[in-house]
Amino acid sequence: MLSSITKNTHRHFTRISGKRLASTLVIAEPFDDGSLAPATLSTITAAQKLHDGPITILSTNPSPPDASSLPSSVKVILQPKCASSELLAETISNAIKKAQELNSYSHIVAPATKFGSNVLPRAAAVLDVSPITDIIDVLSTDTFVRPLYAGNALCKVQATEEVKALSFRSTAFDKAEVDGSDAEVTELEVEDHGLTEYISANVSKSDRPELGSASVVVSGGRGLQSGENFVLLEKLADTLNGAVGASRAAVDAGFVPNSLQVGQTGKVVAPELYIAVGISGAIQHLSGMKDSKCIVAINSDPEAPIFQVADYGLVGDLFDVVPELTKHLEGGD
Amino acid sequence: MKILVGVKRVVDYAVKVRVGSNGVQLKNVKMSMCPFSEISVEESVKLKENKEAKVSEVIALSIGPKQCTETLRQALAMGCDRGLHITTDKRGDYMELQSDGVAKIFEKVLRDMEPDVDLVLVGKQAIDSDCGQVGPMLAGKMGWPQATFAANIDLDGDGLKVERETDAGTEFLKIPKLPAVISCDLRLNEPRYVTLPNIMKAKKKKIATVAADSFDIDLEPKNKVLEVFEPAARKEGVLVDDVNALLDKLKNEAGVIQ
Repeated sequence: MLSSITKNTHRHFTRISGKRLASTLVIAEPFDDGSLAPATLSTITAAQKLHDGPITILSTNPSPPDASSLPSSVKVILQPKCASSELLAETISNAIKKAQELNSYSHIVAPATKFGSNVLPRAAAVLDVSPITDIIDVLSTDTFVRPLYAGNALCKVQATEEVKALSFRSTAFDKAEVDGSDAEVTELEVEDHGLTEYISANVSKSDRPELGSASVVVSGGRGLQSGENFVLLEKLADTLNGAVGASRAAVDAGFVPNSLQVGQTGKVVAPELYIAVGISGAIQHLSGMKDSKCIVAINSDPEAPIFQVADYGLVGDLFDVVPELTKHLEGGD
Repeated sequence: MKILVGVKRVVDYAVKVRVGSNGVQLKNVKMSMCPFSEISVEESVKLKENKEAKVSEVIALSIGPKQCTETLRQALAMGCDRGLHITTDKRGDYMELQSDGVAKIFEKVLRDMEPDVDLVLVGKQAIDSDCGQVGPMLAGKMGWPQATFAANIDLDGDGLKVERETDAGTEFLKIPKLPAVISCDLRLNEPRYVTLPNIMKAKKKKIATVAADSFDIDLEPKNKVLEVFEPAARKEGVLVDDVNALLDKLKNEAGVIQ
């Protein structure tokens, strides 16, 4: 009798302490104005599904994010101190390694953006663990769902590594609520590597919402025929407070910058409303938008594959349909 | 400069894959070189054609079953000098061989077989496993600089200047000193078509074959694939007649606009 109680107590204790050991390091995207990037907030939501343990943020800016811009689940902010002001993949990997040596996190996570995809696999290799990237669902502390073959197959995958290096697709997780945190800031001395140097950035500026997190996206393809004609889509996007996206054909033809490409090799979006204009709907494009809540296709070709995924399709000339749609929406009727 | 370029044999990009009970079906499916590998090969050959780059040799490396020799022949026909085939029957589409294993094989090749390689070019991701990990993992394992999502590569003294695609646009990086690992994005170049004379010439080029099993490397996937399934199908849509009907549906049925 006594021994069975001891056994139970022991089992109970192990479970609790196992939970207590779980802790996550979130690699924050570079952020503006002291507040976390939307992709980082989605990553924090995913991190909260992994375990109840504390969450630490690794800052990638010269100064830490404001405590008021953080979710309350964030307990610690690590602020790397390093000779190079621009945190490149090599530096961030060094910072992650240092943080891991000091604190032994059970999970190291990042958003599956270009930023996260550049950093996380390198850091995983430095720690000699096998990463899992672009996760769209968390089933348990070690089991996840991720897409294969441009999203035409999904796989359930179980991580057996002691340290789990993961990246999460930001459109698959809601943004964590920013309710303020009393997180303490800890400085982290990081060795400079001298392997790469940052020269400059060439950023396409826009006043529209960010493509990856906009609730409405209006995308154009080859059917737009020229870059000038994208003004039609910009007007429509503006009446809906949406972002403008593009297919590979439109980007390759030079109509719009690469950063607007939606698809397997561009950005993945999942807005409330996705309007595909003059886009045929190749497998690679569908992979970047088919999780949108409502898909509208406007195309002159009734055989275009885009109509197979569209909730509402309108066969017609985009040069007539788009201005008419914009006019109706502006008129508020 | 000596260049090692990774080429992967994958299900052709235009094929709509079928998901069976034991994963994606590969039998009787058209296979091709991964589009991002093609871009990597093209860039390697372009560097070789640029006299200033002083490229002595371009080695194409592929890991997989015996049919990978076809993929390597294509790389040789595009202008690579010789091929290196690491043979394994493990499925490379995430089921049995994952990026971690691939990066370890690349590391083994660089450390033991081709120690004087200065530049490794790989695609930014394979279109089957969609991982995008091998480039940065290899750079991490070797302790080399990395430039991922390369949109332009220029010579810069003893090193390289790379323009890379970012979420917001592009950025420029300097790699002061080689060796380095670069992963290639879609816009880096337009791969050339292979011509018949070059296909014939490629038959004379050498492909060395080594079994992956002969390496002392643990290739077992650390991330166990428990199940592969089809994504939920979307419900069938409707065609509307005009803009008014579309607006009505969006407001009153979908509720996505006011």
